[in-house]
Amino acid sequence: MNVQVRGAKSAEGAQRLGVIDCDIHPVMRSPGDLKKYLSPKWHDHLDTYGSFHRQPFVQGDIYPRAAPYLSRRDAMPPNGGPPGSDLEFMRAQLLDLHNIEVGVLQVLGGGTHQRNIDYGAAICSAINNWQVAEWISHDERLRGSISITQEYPEAAVAEIRKHGPDKRFVQIGMNQRSLEPAGRRRYWPIYEAAVEFDLSLGIHTGGYNGHAPVPGGGWPSYYAEQHHLINVCQQNVLSSMVMEGVFEQFPTLRVVLVEGGFTWAPALTWRLDKLWKKLRSEVPRLTRPPSDYIRQHIWFTTQPVDDMGSPERLREICDLVGWDRLCFSSDYPHWDFDDPRYAFTFRLSESEKLAIFNRNARQAYNLQ
Amino acid sequence: MTTTKHVVATIEEVPPGQHKKVHVKGRDIALFNLNGEFYALGDKCPHEAGSLCTGKVVGLAISKEPGDYQLVRPGEFVKCPWHGWEFDIRTGQSYCDPQKTRVRMYESHVENGDELAKGPYVAETFKVSVDQQYVVIEL
Repeated sequence: MNVQVRGAKSAEGAQRLGVIDCDIHPVMRSPGDLKKYLSPKWHDHLDTYGSFHRQPFVQGDIYPRAAPYLSRRDAMPPNGGPPGSDLEFMRAQLLDLHNIEVGVLQVLGGGTHQRNIDYGAAICSAINNWQVAEWISHDERLRGSISITQEYPEAAVAEIRKHGPDKRFVQIGMNQRSLEPAGRRRYWPIYEAAVEFDLSLGIHTGGYNGHAPVPGGGWPSYYAEQHHLINVCQQNVLSSMVMEGVFEQFPTLRVVLVEGGFTWAPALTWRLDKLWKKLRSEVPRLTRPPSDYIRQHIWFTTQPVDDMGSPERLREICDLVGWDRLCFSSDYPHWDFDDPRYAFTFRLSESEKLAIFNRNARQAYNLQ
Repeated sequence: MTTTKHVVATIEEVPPGQHKKVHVKGRDIALFNLNGEFYALGDKCPHEAGSLCTGKVVGLAISKEPGDYQLVRPGEFVKCPWHGWEFDIRTGQSYCDPQKTRVRMYESHVENGDELAKGPYVAETFKVSVDQQYVVIEL
């Protein structure tokens, strides 16, 4: 295996095992590239009205980012274009360097949260065709995520039906910030389609739903503050899906929570189980404690691995979350990228490495 | 262990405020010129091994009270291109965790070509000339 954690004395005798990276961000070389894939009827709309998300600013993001393009400063492709736009450079800097066997693409932004949902659906469709034409057809290690407009489930389902049979797509890409909590029934047609096509649901950090990142006090002041709240949002996503009975309705649904941390999961599970024992009659659809659903249906990607103060403490948290629930992710090319060699600060056993860097993701995405 | 002198740059090559990645005994080293003084730091960030040579040279933002912002010690820190850890170029210590998270420092100094020419030294990519000044790393 080419993954060596810090402190490993020698690579001698180590098995070489391919890494599955569950979070790679490809981007278009220029915003104009969208038009090549966008239905011509929307070109005029784009030129005349532009794109609008449910966020305060027309251009730029709500929070200042730590680095240009949100990316590692060494990720600018030498041949031009923004980080993540050049497959050749991505091969050199990520896929080949880290022996990535399977890399799951997570396309951010785009159509998911357009205020005009018809236009949003058109952008999602364009992004999916772009993934086929420029990424997954050019490197067999790469897998796509079906981009959808989660606030327009009919269009989302149509897009899932279109690309679901293509096994190079391994999941449906959703953002954690939806208009309503993720477990609400308005989103169930999407979950039904996920089950029908045996696709996992990849719920990635971020998104624009017009609400403050976490309700309860309005808008945070700083990026350093907001960047932590993505974990809290994932907790809300997870609690809603469990309490609304999504996993009773769809007993084979697989959900991957992407880039939202995992060290919080044990505490959330303890709290939900305690509440369920006392308030079960309010949610009688649940036949089992919340922890049961979470252990069965949820996988967590690892980046960014929290600094637990001591390596032993991180190991304890992994024990509690479950070694079969954690899937390595790099978040390439973003600035808070995790390098598979250094992401874990304690020495993993061979079986733990196999689980985190390969086997768990195979199960989460049902990869053959 | 005996050390060897490695000639890694002419002083003109790395003017004040600039830096250069050099290779000594198989190691990548980031050579910084801070106001005419040279410092050699291991290029690998001790956190997750980002290359410090591709990082930005910065000052420290500090605040003494709410609403107060100051940028002090400009040019004295390098910020890792990945996760933004700030390292003091003079000591290799990180600002947030100076004792535990620090970059290895290497002994470096400037020598005149006429002194250096007496040897012994290693200068694979240089011809040492007597009327030049060079940055030397001892390793």
